[in-house]
Amino acid sequence: MATAIAKLPDHQAAALSRAYASSVAAKRMKTLAVLVVLAVLIFISGQMADIRPWKLITNIGNFGSFIGRTLPTLTFGNFFADMKAWYWNFGDWFQLLVETILIAYLGTFIGGILAFCLCFFASANLVRNKTTRFVARRFLEFCRTVPDIVFALIFVIAFGLGPMAGVLALTIHTVGALGKLFAEVVENIDMKPVEGLQATGASWLQTVRFGVLPQVSSGFASYALLRFEINVRGAGVMGFVGAGGIGQEFLIAIRNFYYTDVSAILLMIITTVILIDLGTEQVRHRLIGMERMR
Amino acid sequence: MNTASTAISPGKRAIRETALADLDGLRRRHPGAFAKSAMRRAFMIGLPLVMVLLAFGAMVWLDFSLVRIWNGLHRLGQFAVLMIPPAPEGRFMAFSIALGETLAIAFLGTLTAAILAFPVAFLAAKNVIPNIFVHFGARRTFDVFRSVDTLIWALMWINVVGLGPFAGALAIACADFGAFGKLFSEAIEATDGKATEGIAASGGSKAHQVRFGLVPQVLPVIASQVLYFFESNVRSATIIGIVGAGGVGAYLTELIRVLELKQVAFLILMILVTVAVIDFISSKLRMAVIGKSKMV
Repeated sequence: MATAIAKLPDHQAAALSRAYASSVAAKRMKTLAVLVVLAVLIFISGQMADIRPWKLITNIGNFGSFIGRTLPTLTFGNFFADMKAWYWNFGDWFQLLVETILIAYLGTFIGGILAFCLCFFASANLVRNKTTRFVARRFLEFCRTVPDIVFALIFVIAFGLGPMAGVLALTIHTVGALGKLFAEVVENIDMKPVEGLQATGASWLQTVRFGVLPQVSSGFASYALLRFEINVRGAGVMGFVGAGGIGQEFLIAIRNFYYTDVSAILLMIITTVILIDLGTEQVRHRLIGMERMR
Repeated sequence: MNTASTAISPGKRAIRETALADLDGLRRRHPGAFAKSAMRRAFMIGLPLVMVLLAFGAMVWLDFSLVRIWNGLHRLGQFAVLMIPPAPEGRFMAFSIALGETLAIAFLGTLTAAILAFPVAFLAAKNVIPNIFVHFGARRTFDVFRSVDTLIWALMWINVVGLGPFAGALAIACADFGAFGKLFSEAIEATDGKATEGIAASGGSKAHQVRFGLVPQVLPVIASQVLYFFESNVRSATIIGIVGAGGVGAYLTELIRVLELKQVAFLILMILVTVAVIDFISSKLRMAVIGKSKMV
């Protein structure tokens, strides 16, 4: 079926199209302004960060040959012996990898418990006292703004070299990061159960236990698992400053140009991280599912 | 009919009576349905127990000792005293320049990562490229980039472009390329398909659909994520100097190693202030981009 489209008279159409053109032009000007600001910022930071694109282009071959040299020679006929030569130190590396995961676990575990204790003091709906809240929040902010590896640097001197310094550094960072997220979860709860408990004369502790905890536990667990994932990555580089884990071995390999060791260790780290990612993702989906069912 | 006296119809009642008569048999044949609450309770008690035991095992493995903790705390106390008062001791300018370098590294790294990840993220989105191999491949590529830490990337780039902030910027760009790719493709998949369909219906090509149907929807989300990552990268860029990739981290490492703790404290305070300022600016920008209601 043919439909006639009504056509506006020319003088009306011209006015409308002018309005359209001017609104489009205004939008384009805004985009252009943003681009100009970005370009200026890029130029300034390029100067400050000493960016030399030519050097990158001329040396990009180095990256290729670096990657190429790290690749082991694996032949089909002699596969197992080649694998064995590539992973000549597998026993030690595996042990260090387990150590790395344990550092991450302990850091998350202790940090999670401390964050759990602190988060209730940082949530506006449970603590009316402004000073308490302010102190708790600033403390958490300090813990998460100073990078974990800086804490590790200081702790290595105070507690001695070794994984303990790494665990403590991760713990402090975890307290800061999880404390904030936990407090946000607590602030988003339904306050009716809390009010009900308060009306029956429950103490603050009882209110938290029976009014708040059942609502937040799955959210807390989900965030803690996410943090564990991040901490595994963090624990992998703790060894760079001597705070335990596989990082030390990696640093030695890359600084001394033990090329195939670099790829062997890197592959182990990547596999571990991806496996842990997938595992925690499964558990977190289940937790969220449980939340929905309730 | 006696349906008025009991709410259950005769058919259902018959089922219930047979079920009750055969209760033991049912219990035997479907242990899962009956044991669930007991199992749940065992899980609730067992899981924390396992976690605590694992924690203790880990502490033993990692050589925790109360003596070392006590001595360490004592030394930390001494450090804290030595840190007061924080003072630059004549290196304020040097610290400021290093902080500027840090900001530059974070800015360039984030921007490069975003620009590189933006086109690739479309390949990883199911609703743009239905081909399972393409988006699976793209996703796993992002995963590999993401799972290598920024510091490790920095070590590798130092081999290519030498020591200095350029390697740091490239390292941040690589690590964030993976993270952005994942987040962007998720944002693209979460878009409303109606706009794309409308453009397809009016005769738009695939490119038109992406440009006018998808990009306007995802751009605010992406901009907000980029700003958020810039904030967190300012933090990462402060430590990237530990391996020699520029920024304030080199000073931090050196000063901590030689125990110039007054300067360390001053530098950490400078970092904290800078991060707070950047956070403030970026959260204002994010609010302007997406509106307060959708703050992530």
